[in-house]
Amino acid sequence: MSGHPPSAYEPKTGIERWLDARLPIVRLAVDMMDFPTPKNLNYWWTFGGILAVCLVSQIITGVILAMHYVPNADMAFNSVEHIMRDVNYGWLIRYMHANGASMFFLAVYIHMARGMYYGSYKAPREVLWLLGCIIYLLMMATAFMGYVLPWGQMSFAGAVVITNLFSAFDQVIPGLGTAITTWLWGGFAVGGATLNRFFSLHYLLPFMIAGVVVLHIWALHVPGNNNPIGVEVKSKADTVPFHPYYTVKDGFAIVAFFVLFAWFVFFAPEALGHVDNQTPANPLVTPAHIVPEWYFLPFYAILRSIPQKLFGVLAMFGAIAVLFVLPWIDTSKVKSMRYRPTARIFFLMFVAAAIGLGWCGGKEPDDVVLTFGHTATGDPTGFSVVWLSRILAIYYYAYFVILFFLGLRENPLPVPANISTPVLGGAAMPAGSAAQAEKKG
Amino acid sequence: MGRNTLIAALSAALALAGLSLPASARTTQTELKPVPGGLSFEQPIFGRFDQGSLQRGYKVYAEVCSACHSMNLVYYRNLCQQNGPFYDPKHPNSNDAPVCKAIAASIKVPDLDQDTGDAIQRPATPADAFRNPFPNKIAAAASNGGAAPPDLSVMARAREGGAQYIYNILTGYVTPPAGLTVPAGKFYNPYYPGDLGSFWTGAKDKVPEGGFIAMPFQLTPNRVSFDDGTPSTTEQQAKDVATFLAWAAEPKQTERKEAGLAVMIYLLLLAGVLYVSYRAIWRNVSH
Repeated sequence: MSGHPPSAYEPKTGIERWLDARLPIVRLAVDMMDFPTPKNLNYWWTFGGILAVCLVSQIITGVILAMHYVPNADMAFNSVEHIMRDVNYGWLIRYMHANGASMFFLAVYIHMARGMYYGSYKAPREVLWLLGCIIYLLMMATAFMGYVLPWGQMSFAGAVVITNLFSAFDQVIPGLGTAITTWLWGGFAVGGATLNRFFSLHYLLPFMIAGVVVLHIWALHVPGNNNPIGVEVKSKADTVPFHPYYTVKDGFAIVAFFVLFAWFVFFAPEALGHVDNQTPANPLVTPAHIVPEWYFLPFYAILRSIPQKLFGVLAMFGAIAVLFVLPWIDTSKVKSMRYRPTARIFFLMFVAAAIGLGWCGGKEPDDVVLTFGHTATGDPTGFSVVWLSRILAIYYYAYFVILFFLGLRENPLPVPANISTPVLGGAAMPAGSAAQAEKKG
Repeated sequence: MGRNTLIAALSAALALAGLSLPASARTTQTELKPVPGGLSFEQPIFGRFDQGSLQRGYKVYAEVCSACHSMNLVYYRNLCQQNGPFYDPKHPNSNDAPVCKAIAASIKVPDLDQDTGDAIQRPATPADAFRNPFPNKIAAAASNGGAAPPDLSVMARAREGGAQYIYNILTGYVTPPAGLTVPAGKFYNPYYPGDLGSFWTGAKDKVPEGGFIAMPFQLTPNRVSFDDGTPSTTEQQAKDVATFLAWAAEPKQTERKEAGLAVMIYLLLLAGVLYVSYRAIWRNVSH
C-alpha cells in the first residue's frame, strides 16, 4: 500500500514479531485503521462503508437462503415459500436479502453520484473508478440472476427479456444471437437448465464482487480519499486517522441507513417487489406489464426508447459503458463541482434525467404524459412516455459530451489552496489560487 | 411446452420492443372501494389480525372456496400456530393442538396404503397440507370450463390491492350493463382486470371497466353460518375470507411487525449513541 505513510505498527511480543516477518497481516490492519483520511469528508462519503456492509449482509443471508432453496423449476417457488413459512426466521432472512438488493443499489447510486459530483474519478483515481464500474456491472448481473431464482412470473419474464437482448446480435451476424441465447439458456427456451445455472452463477458472482472490492479498497489506499473540495491532501494537518474518526462517523451513517433498510424489511417488505412474482412461473402466460426491479428501470427506458432492437440494446449497454471512460471524457482539472457552477447545473440535470428515465421505465411506452387530445375510444393522445424517454436518454448521453467541452471552456471558481484553509474559517484566498489549483489538479 | 415457451419468449421480446405493439390492449378495472370498517392488519407497524375474523374466514374458505380452490402451501397445523386463526397459548405445539387435530381429522386426504400400495382416503393430520379439491391440474381445469381455479395460498400477495382486491372481487358482482355481451360460463365483475372493448356494442368511449371472471358470485347472505353469531352478510363473509387469505399468504406477518418494532427502537437508540460518540470524538477537529 504505497499510499500509506511509514507504518506505525511495532510488534511488541515475540509471536507478533514472528508473524510480522512472515505475513504482516496485523500491520496491514493497523495501517488501515491509521490511514490518514481528509478531515473534511461529508456524509456522502459514508456510502463506501454502507456498501461494504450491504455486501456482507447479502452474502450472509444468501448463504443461509441457499441452504433451504431448491434450484429446480418445479420446486423453486415453493422452496422460497417454505423459507418464508417454515424456516426459523426464514422470512427475516429472505426479506433482508430481497430488500438488501434494493438498498445495495440505492447506496451504490448515491456512491457513484458522489464520485461524479466531486470528480473522484479523475487522476490519480481512474483505476479506483474503473474497479467501481466493474463492481457495478457484477452487481447488476448478480441482482438480475437473483431475481430469477424465486421462479415467479416476473422472474421468468425478466429472464426471457434480458437473455433475449442477446438475440439482437442476429442482426450483426445471422445466427450469432440465437447461438448466444441458446448457450445462455442451456436449451431452446428459458427453463429448468437456465434456473440451475443462474443459481450457480448467483452464488459465484458475489465472491467475485468481494474480490474486486478488495482491489477497489487497495486502489483507494494508494492515492487516498478524494474530498469535497477536490484539492489533494497537502499536509498532515489536512487529515485525521481513519480510526476512530471515520469508523465512528461511518458507523453512525451505517446505522442510520439500517433504519431505512429495516423499515422496508419489517414494515413494507414487498413494497419494492412486484405482485406478479407471487404467481409461480408459467411459460404459457406472459404478465401484462413486464417491468424490471426499480434499479434497472432507467436502462430499461433507454432500451425501449429505440424501436430498432440492436440499437436499443447497444444504447442500453452504452449507458453503462460510457461510465468506464468518464475519467478521460472530463477535461476539467478542477475535481469538485463546488467550484464548477455550470457543471453543477448539468450534473443535477443528469441526475434528474436518470431519475426521470427510471420513472419512464416503470410506465408503458404508450402512456401519455401530456394529453393533447383523445382517440375515438376515449384514450388520451399526446406526448408519450417513449418520447420523454428519448429526450431524457439523449440528455443522459449529452451530459458526457457537455462535460468534455465544458472542461475546455468554463471558468471555475477559485479553489482553496488546501483542505485546512477553508476549514479554518474562510481566510482570503491568495490571488490566482484558482489557476494554481487547476494546474495542480 | 418447448414451442409454447418459444411463443412466450417471442411475445415478451415483442413487448420489449414496445413500440411494435399498438395501444389497443387496454386492461381496465374499477378503482377498489375501501373495506367497511377497514382491514385491521393493513396498518404497516401496529396492524394485527383479528382472530375472530380469521376463524370466520377459515370457515368461509372451508365451506365455500375449498370446493374449487386449493391452498397447497398451507397445512392444517398452520391454523394453530402462533398468531394463526385457532392459536391457543395452552397448546404451543401446533401439531398437537386439539382444534387442528379435530379440523384435520374431519377431512379425508388421498394417500397410499402402506401395506398394499392401494390408493386410499385417510383422515388428515395437522401435518397435512390443505386438501386439494381436485386430484390434479387437468381434472381441475376440466371441471371448470378449461381453466383451473388458482391456488389461493399466496393470492393476497399476488394481486395489486391484496386483501382489499379480494374483498372487492367477492362483493363486486353486478348486473352487466346493457350492451355488454357476456360469454357463456363467464361473469361480469367491474373489479376484475380485463379489456371488454370487443364485447361492447355501446359508445366506443364508454367501454365498461372490468372484466369477465369464470367464478360466479358465491357469498350469498347466510351462505356460511358463523359460530360466534356474527351476521353473515356478503360483506362480512368477504371481509373475513380476505383476512384469512391475507394471513395464509404471510402467516409470519405479526412476528415480522413485532420484531420490526424492537429492531427499530434498538437501531434508533444505537444511532443516537453513535451520533453522540461522533460529536465527542470530533469535537477538537475543525472541519
